[in-house]
Amino acid sequence: MGAEFVQFSLTPILIGIFAAIACALPGNFLILRRQALIGDAISHVVLPGIVVAFLVTGTTATGPMLLGAAGAALVAVVLIETVRRLGKIEPGAAMGVVFTALFAGGVLLLEQSDTSSVHLDVEHALMGNLEQLIWLRADGWGSLVDPVALAALPPELPRMAIVAVIIMVLTVLFWRPLKLTSFDEGFARAIGLPVNVIALGLVATAAAAAVAAFDAVGSIIVIAMFICPPAAARLMTNRLSMQVAWSIAFAVLSAVLGYVLAGYGPIWLGAAGSVSAAGMVAAISGVILLLACLFGPARGRVGVAAGGEAP
Amino acid sequence: MAEISLVDTRNALDPASPLAVRGLTVSYGEKPALFSLDATFPAGAMSAIVGPNGAGKSTFLKAALGLIPRVSGEVQVFGRDVDRVRDRIAYVPQRASVDWDFPTTAIDVVLMGLYGQIGLWRRISGQYKARARACLDRVGMGEFADRQIGQLSGGQQQRVFLARALAQEADLFLLDEPFAGVDAATERAIIDVLKSLQADGRSIVAVHHDLSTVPDYFDHVMLVNLRRIAEGPVRQVFTAAALSETYGGRLGATQIDTLTLQGA
Repeated sequence: MGAEFVQFSLTPILIGIFAAIACALPGNFLILRRQALIGDAISHVVLPGIVVAFLVTGTTATGPMLLGAAGAALVAVVLIETVRRLGKIEPGAAMGVVFTALFAGGVLLLEQSDTSSVHLDVEHALMGNLEQLIWLRADGWGSLVDPVALAALPPELPRMAIVAVIIMVLTVLFWRPLKLTSFDEGFARAIGLPVNVIALGLVATAAAAAVAAFDAVGSIIVIAMFICPPAAARLMTNRLSMQVAWSIAFAVLSAVLGYVLAGYGPIWLGAAGSVSAAGMVAAISGVILLLACLFGPARGRVGVAAGGEAP
Repeated sequence: MAEISLVDTRNALDPASPLAVRGLTVSYGEKPALFSLDATFPAGAMSAIVGPNGAGKSTFLKAALGLIPRVSGEVQVFGRDVDRVRDRIAYVPQRASVDWDFPTTAIDVVLMGLYGQIGLWRRISGQYKARARACLDRVGMGEFADRQIGQLSGGQQQRVFLARALAQEADLFLLDEPFAGVDAATERAIIDVLKSLQADGRSIVAVHHDLSTVPDYFDHVMLVNLRRIAEGPVRQVFTAAALSETYGGRLGATQIDTLTLQGA
């Protein structure tokens, strides 16, 4: 693997890996809390936020996009709570109503507004643009230590890496509160843990992962990574720490295998061109989940909370 | 002077009581779950909270611990606000309130009872693991320490919960239906542990659903059905009249007769 790999494959694969890890980590706890749909919801509501941010600022710069997405996520959380309380319906239904409505609103906004001049469309929202996040300035592995080439790295890479590292650190730091509140909320409250703050922190972390990953890899990967690697990992072990370790392994495997298969799979099969990397990464994570369901040593104990594949 | 102090004593919650409430009102939505309830549980006693389904027994424990909001009322644990004495309370929730498929082991659950002492970030040293193991031994679960909790029977799960409470080394134990759905051996094991805790001077308050064992197991009882119907020593308040008032028509007269005869 030489210069061409570094130029065209290294950065998208790394971005995919960091995005997958950033989503899979909070996904572990969301699944154990039977809240896997929250990840789904967040990644959908990001769309109207980004469109509104574009309409207001007129640019697709990272800052406004992230702010808009974060704002939309916040609006969604409030709306879900409101619908749940006013309608007195279960949280899953409230989420379903709110995120579908917001996503649809985002699509309408997108079609009505003039975004043809920029790279902002429904396809991009779903699939991201992983294949385009290449590193043209690189001319081989030596570029990894060349400051000039490094300066031309796609900005998504450092951004996604930082988010993934922060989420890893948070997971380690808050391991015990996360574990205890996920298992036994009543007991956690009784010993004085701020259960609501921890739950909100978890959702906020998942939202941060979704927003950061959304722009680079699209909502299909985000939704799949929240659910598939942790759900498959749960079927491999009966220890939470091992589950989280497995989920990272599965996330990385999906990202790498998915990207490579999307790029080269069709050629190997004799077809021309390539297929969507985002779609393939998500599909691979689904296949891993299927294999874990069939052969995982701890299968038969857990009901996969929600989910399946993206639309 | 004398008059004022008389009034004060009447209004103050007994600071010696491990758990005293006054005017406790809780509601779910518009429906009241508990209405203006007063109770004073005695120190060093085994106390039962008894009443029909939906009478607010679990709600009482949760509201006393501040797990659910209360509409009004005052709660004191050892004469202080509950938030200031959480390290002296061990709470055993209903077994059905958690997901036993959770990827964790019996000893891990007991170690959760030590989080308060270990802190959130300190390494769990061998000393703590030994303590957790001793608590499992005490409830007869030592050999199941490394078993995934979903692979335990209902009775074994309940014992693990009790072991976690033991690990907390609390002075007040609040248990929500500790005997629900457990086998006879587990019931015996749990009651033995609770009696030994009582012998150590700890106070126990348990939501209890089996009327026939109330006189055997408990010293003090509160009969509740939305309101407090009666509260006091079992011998005095566990009467046919109080029971039929608590349960309305739901208990037959002969049933009540046998129950209270046992207690007398």
